[in-house]
Amino acid sequence: MLYKETGQYKSTYKSDHAIFPLIQDKIAFSTLMFIAFLIIPFVINSYWEKAILVPFLIFSLAAIGLNILTGYCGQVSLGTGGFMAVGAFSTYKIMTYFPDLNIMIIILISGLITAAVGILFGLPSLRIKGFYLAVATLASQFFLVWLFNKVPWFYNYSDTGQITVSERLMFGVPVTGATAPPYATYLFCLILVVLLGFAAKNLIRSKMGRSWMAIRDMDIAAEIIGVPPLKTKLSAFAISSFYIGVAGALYFAVFLGAIEVTESFDIMTISFPVLFMIIIGGLGSMLGSFLGAAFIVTLPIGLKFIMVDLVGLSAVTAKHFEITIWGLLMIIFLIVEPHGLARLWSIAKEKLRRWPFPY
Amino acid sequence: MRIKQLLIGITASVIAISSYVEIAVADLKFPMLVYRTGAYAPNGIPNADGFVDYYKMINARDGGIGGEKILHPECETGYKTQVGVECYEKNKKDAMVFQPMSTGITYQLIPKATADGVTVYSTGYGRTSAANGKVFKWIFNAPVTYWDGASIAVRHILKNNLGNIKGKKIALVYHNSAYGKEPIRTLQTLSKKHGFKLMLLPVDHPGQEQKATWLKIRKARPDNVLMWGWGVMNQVAVKSAASIKFPMDKFIGIWWSGSENDVLPAGQGAHGYKSLTFNAPGDSYQVHKDIKKYVHDKGEASGDGSHFGTVLYNRGLFQAMVQVEAAVVAQKIHGTSKITPAMYRDGMEAVNLSAKRMEELGFKDFAPPFKNTCENHGGSGLAAVQQWDAKAKKWNMITEYMYGDSDVVQKLIAEDSSKYAAEQKIAERCN
Repeated sequence: MLYKETGQYKSTYKSDHAIFPLIQDKIAFSTLMFIAFLIIPFVINSYWEKAILVPFLIFSLAAIGLNILTGYCGQVSLGTGGFMAVGAFSTYKIMTYFPDLNIMIIILISGLITAAVGILFGLPSLRIKGFYLAVATLASQFFLVWLFNKVPWFYNYSDTGQITVSERLMFGVPVTGATAPPYATYLFCLILVVLLGFAAKNLIRSKMGRSWMAIRDMDIAAEIIGVPPLKTKLSAFAISSFYIGVAGALYFAVFLGAIEVTESFDIMTISFPVLFMIIIGGLGSMLGSFLGAAFIVTLPIGLKFIMVDLVGLSAVTAKHFEITIWGLLMIIFLIVEPHGLARLWSIAKEKLRRWPFPY
Repeated sequence: MRIKQLLIGITASVIAISSYVEIAVADLKFPMLVYRTGAYAPNGIPNADGFVDYYKMINARDGGIGGEKILHPECETGYKTQVGVECYEKNKKDAMVFQPMSTGITYQLIPKATADGVTVYSTGYGRTSAANGKVFKWIFNAPVTYWDGASIAVRHILKNNLGNIKGKKIALVYHNSAYGKEPIRTLQTLSKKHGFKLMLLPVDHPGQEQKATWLKIRKARPDNVLMWGWGVMNQVAVKSAASIKFPMDKFIGIWWSGSENDVLPAGQGAHGYKSLTFNAPGDSYQVHKDIKKYVHDKGEASGDGSHFGTVLYNRGLFQAMVQVEAAVVAQKIHGTSKITPAMYRDGMEAVNLSAKRMEELGFKDFAPPFKNTCENHGGSGLAAVQQWDAKAKKWNMITEYMYGDSDVVQKLIAEDSSKYAAEQKIAERCN
């Protein structure tokens, strides 16, 4: 009853192809955008910015990137941390070489550089797949992190191997550096995420996205019906890496401000969590990328809040619980809902459609 | 039925959330970023226990600082930078001082804390050039820096070789991170000055895997090995050195690589291993008696109380003592017990821990005296060498406290901090 599509007729192809074909979805999405753009910036404080919203937005972008590659094109990747590092270090190098270039342009160029690196590391995917590809991308993770730690040129010969962002303005307001106000960094990330999110959604609905899914579902059949595997797989690697590179650039420039490659782009801090995001959120689903990122970013903070601040456990006990609960949830999720949070949402929609007359 | 359960659940959580009240503002808040989990927990736990026990003792014995109770909320970072940022944001309101206990998190907090007006005290770690108070207004790293440490270690080697180490080979085994890379530039400068060959051997996080490193040492046979390690890396290194029969008295760790946890796993093999230190080991000081009386005997020891008197526990006591002393000084300067974070910074900058004052605080002969000034946030720069006695299972001080090579160190600090000041457009203070 609440969520019914009866009576909503489509009389043109255009309206039939809309991203949100139902009026309810349109309303929900516009409300969300209204809150995100016009309410949150006025109430945000630095805790919500640095601990929850900005990491959520950045990891959503990384999850979209990985979802394109793994969820839509079926190529498993464990190299997310390495590709994010490429984005971060490109941003740093471009920033130091061109101090006057706009930060938005720098970040997009960093995405393009990461896309090029992604194509390079995507080449083995033409010969190997499945677990073997996962191992090959794992190699890229270790190689890239090692490279950025080993070659001092990447960190401008600083003594410690740390790279530090300097202040950059957007419309006269700093968006990077320690003095950037919370609303500025939040809006900066939000705009990028919304624009790139729409671009990804439309790419997936285009010819390119359909050929990705054809390769994912059965690569030999796809090749026979005329989908070129080389072009398709490499385009998936390129676009996926572009998103991950932009996420890495934001992670460095806007979120942390100072980064050490071995610690910040470690496989345990980036690659696995992002993979969990798309598995928990839902493979091959845009909504899933966002839900997964929200889940993984907020779960430890939420658990900590409940256990330490509400129940009054000591910080270390709470941490041990958190680690346990984390593992448990992962297993439960994979057993109960292997299609992730996005699938839960579609079940909820189904229920809402029938409510209050379940059968 | 379901709805009823749901309602009960919602009511319960509303009650729970509304009962969660902000801590009272009048108290002095010393937030703690700790790591009692993860690869660095063996070192993180005793240190955190030292802090907590000292704060508890001050609260119980003196009723707080000038009548204001100390609050010390713990936030578990697991030595992870991103979590450290979350902990900082969560606790920074009205916080007196942050002690990140991680060079990575310190680097992260330097610009943030400077912008927010919060003191960061990285005791003998963090960014070495923060010793220059002219540039780093809010950051303190007294009593000694890594660059002092590197030159003190070289001085010790020089002394053992009758002042001539030309052509000798010194290897640096370091944690491949900002922390471990800190001493490299100083050692390179010193190697030119004294004519020794420097061999750099990085060990990746978390430090479990060191086979290749020690194989190289076995092949190249350096005359001395220095180590900048932390957490599980220390134990593995000491064990590996023992297993390749490297002479342990030629193996010197930084002050973060010289606790009981690091040498006990290697058993007798660790006998003779040396490390630098800026505080004495043992549990016979007045402060230990007070902690025993006011905290441990009441059953309120932090953790399981088993680290009492160990090196890192004692270092925690020392760090907490300086932080509390800064509040005392700030209260004196500003004539109020209710100090703000900005007043606290003034106190930290005016800390003067003379031998007499240390004795009053129960720290007689515990550490060399030092004082902070507007220009110098790096303290005395004094450290000593201690040696492990595996039979008695205790650390013995084998040298006096000594200075590093201040010509080299001061020049490097000035260079690095002016580079930072130019990057961040900071005007020098104290003129």
